[in-house]
Amino acid sequence: MAVRDEPVAPFLAGRGRVAAGALALAAIGILIVGAFLGLVREGVADWRGALDAFDGYLLRVARFTLWQAALSTLLSVVPAILVARALARHPRFPGRAFILQLFAVPLALPAIVAALGVLALYGRAGYFAPFFSALSGEGWPGIYGLSGILVAHVFFNLPLSARLFLGALEAVPADQWRLAAQLGMGPLAAFRFVEWPALRAALPGVAGLVFMLCATSFTIVLTLGGGPRATTLEVAIYQALRFDFDPARAIALTLVQITLTGLVVMGLARLGASMRGDASLPVAPRRAVFPGRCERGVNAAIVVLALLFVAGPMAATVIAGLAADLTRLAGEQAVRAATATSLVLACLAACLCLALSIALVMARRALELARAGPVPGVLERMSDTGAAMVLIVPPVVIGAGWFILLRHFGNVFAFAPVMVVTVNAVMAMPFAIRAIRPAYDAASARHEKLCAALGISGWNRLRLVDWPTLRRPAATAFAFAMALSLGDLGVIALFGSDQVQTLPYLLLQRMGSYRTADAAGIALFLGLLCLGLMFAAARWGRERP
Amino acid sequence: MTPRQEPSGAAVRAEKLDFAYPGGPGMRFELSAAAGDIVALMGPSGSGKSTLLNLIAGFERPDSGRVTIGNDDVTALPPHRRPVSMVFQENNLFAHLTVAQNVGLGRSPSLRLTAGDRAAVGEALARTGLSGKEGRLPNALSGGERQRVALARVLVRRRPVLLLDEPFASLGPALRDEMLDLITDLHGEQGMTVLMATHDPRDAERLSRTLVFLESGTVAAVGSTRDFLSGGKSPAFDRYLGARR
Repeated sequence: MAVRDEPVAPFLAGRGRVAAGALALAAIGILIVGAFLGLVREGVADWRGALDAFDGYLLRVARFTLWQAALSTLLSVVPAILVARALARHPRFPGRAFILQLFAVPLALPAIVAALGVLALYGRAGYFAPFFSALSGEGWPGIYGLSGILVAHVFFNLPLSARLFLGALEAVPADQWRLAAQLGMGPLAAFRFVEWPALRAALPGVAGLVFMLCATSFTIVLTLGGGPRATTLEVAIYQALRFDFDPARAIALTLVQITLTGLVVMGLARLGASMRGDASLPVAPRRAVFPGRCERGVNAAIVVLALLFVAGPMAATVIAGLAADLTRLAGEQAVRAATATSLVLACLAACLCLALSIALVMARRALELARAGPVPGVLERMSDTGAAMVLIVPPVVIGAGWFILLRHFGNVFAFAPVMVVTVNAVMAMPFAIRAIRPAYDAASARHEKLCAALGISGWNRLRLVDWPTLRRPAATAFAFAMALSLGDLGVIALFGSDQVQTLPYLLLQRMGSYRTADAAGIALFLGLLCLGLMFAAARWGRERP
Repeated sequence: MTPRQEPSGAAVRAEKLDFAYPGGPGMRFELSAAAGDIVALMGPSGSGKSTLLNLIAGFERPDSGRVTIGNDDVTALPPHRRPVSMVFQENNLFAHLTVAQNVGLGRSPSLRLTAGDRAAVGEALARTGLSGKEGRLPNALSGGERQRVALARVLVRRRPVLLLDEPFASLGPALRDEMLDLITDLHGEQGMTVLMATHDPRDAERLSRTLVFLESGTVAAVGSTRDFLSGGKSPAFDRYLGARR
């Protein structure tokens, strides 16, 4: 693929696109800078309070944040290697494609739905509770606190890691598997010479991604964590603002959170990890692997165990959801209002996300074409990585900053719709850009000269040349962003109120008031909604015209 | 553990080999190569050259039919139990292992090498003109050197059958000639049966005595390379070559 061709009248061709990109960057900048402004302003006004907040509690919370993230990463990544290896060494067996599909589901499932599924299975009143009680001889206390957090994190990240590792193994050329077969490598030698090098190259990226996801995990810890002993920084920020209204403490917590995640990201970048969260997997690759009977048995056991672990909470969600009084729920005013609010906000967030992402992708390409040397300029680099900022500055932190700032300008909760839409839009941008950029860059490589020769530029170019090639990836990005926004609890947990409720917020409320059956019904509905969108996203992304 | 054969060729026979990729058209191969012969497999893309080599090497299993090498039926054997070495177009080397380690894998698939093994590796590398490059990684080698490492591994394995799947397709003309000469020499020393899939009639002309022409998943014609290339033996083959003769 031609990545860079001759610059053709670079500035004329690219000015509009660069301006659009600069505008998008400015919007993201305002969102992030505004949040920091809120924090800094408050911190200066009450610096003594902020300083005092660096106490034993904060230290404990920070330590627990890192500890649970490290444990979650370990428990997700190591089994994922075994699962990926088992799947790679058996490229064809009935149900393999189904397992891979199932492993993609947690990616689409809102965290609060998964948390409910885990509780329905392993909780104090869960389906497994009688079994565990009989096993231990005393009452099953249910999984809350660290164990609950770990189970939920592994539920999300084991399948994700397994798919990423499998992607790395699939990238090993077929000839190398053949070579291994011809040279007579057993499972151990093949692991050492063929599989491990591929896995090791992928390891920092996968482990880093999982660690970041777990360190900034909010919903899981909020719903499954128990009390001050199992609280992470994000949840502590939320509690400081919503329950104690202690902005000084929130600032101290936010500073620690940003420093920690920033350090982790920098460390990983130095390790050369690229934290990409997707893997495209061929369904039935032809691979020359000839496992023996013993290995077959072990691999089958590994895959079945992983399958049960991942499918369990999903099945529990469905069973518990169907047991709820669904017709009454559907008729309830609060549920209808929350559904409408959720859909409208998610739709707006997806639109905004799409506009910002397309603008950034176009600007990056235009700047790449316009530059003379091989070194990208500042603006190009920012349009390349600007969206990745949300990895370091998690939504709850942005929300917290604005929460503190906006309370000086009237009722904070009135800003809920704007905050939810903007923060969720920016949150989904890394994914949207990943869907759009390859298509746009490839199309640009083909059309750039022609457009310059025919004088097609600006709006005409977007309408006639770019949009037709972007339609499919844009639809994918839209559905993905909408699903992500629909299921998000981070910002709405801060800004939600009786006036503005989304489905996850309503779900959290019902859980809080112990209306478990209602919660299960709403969870099923929300889960299906997000799954449907993700399914659509995958479908639109796959079919090429 | 690795069976070592005497360095001489073995006859290769494919008898009524039926095979189809999922959703693909059925193929049927019938082929007999004499011990120590050098056979060129030619034919359009998708005609089944690589598939036939993969069936002989054991990477694919036929739906029915037999593959025999020497006097043995190898149809049910896994690839490493077959007396066969194969060189691919690329990816013949493990990128994270040195040249010597890559060759050493031909002696022990877990790289537990005896002093004798190490000596054989050194000898093979000297023979293929790679002395002094034992410690290099494949990405520090040229394309031609990488293929020579693969041939060095063929040497230390000493299998009576050598399968080449377009091994020169990514090399320039001069390197190509060099490789062809090297294979001619190696054949002169070890006398193995060579089956080579290629698109280039000059490869066939320089190396092979027998030419097998494949078309849409079946062997369409067999004969001496000279007869084929002088034209008129098979109209389909002449069409395939076009003006390149």
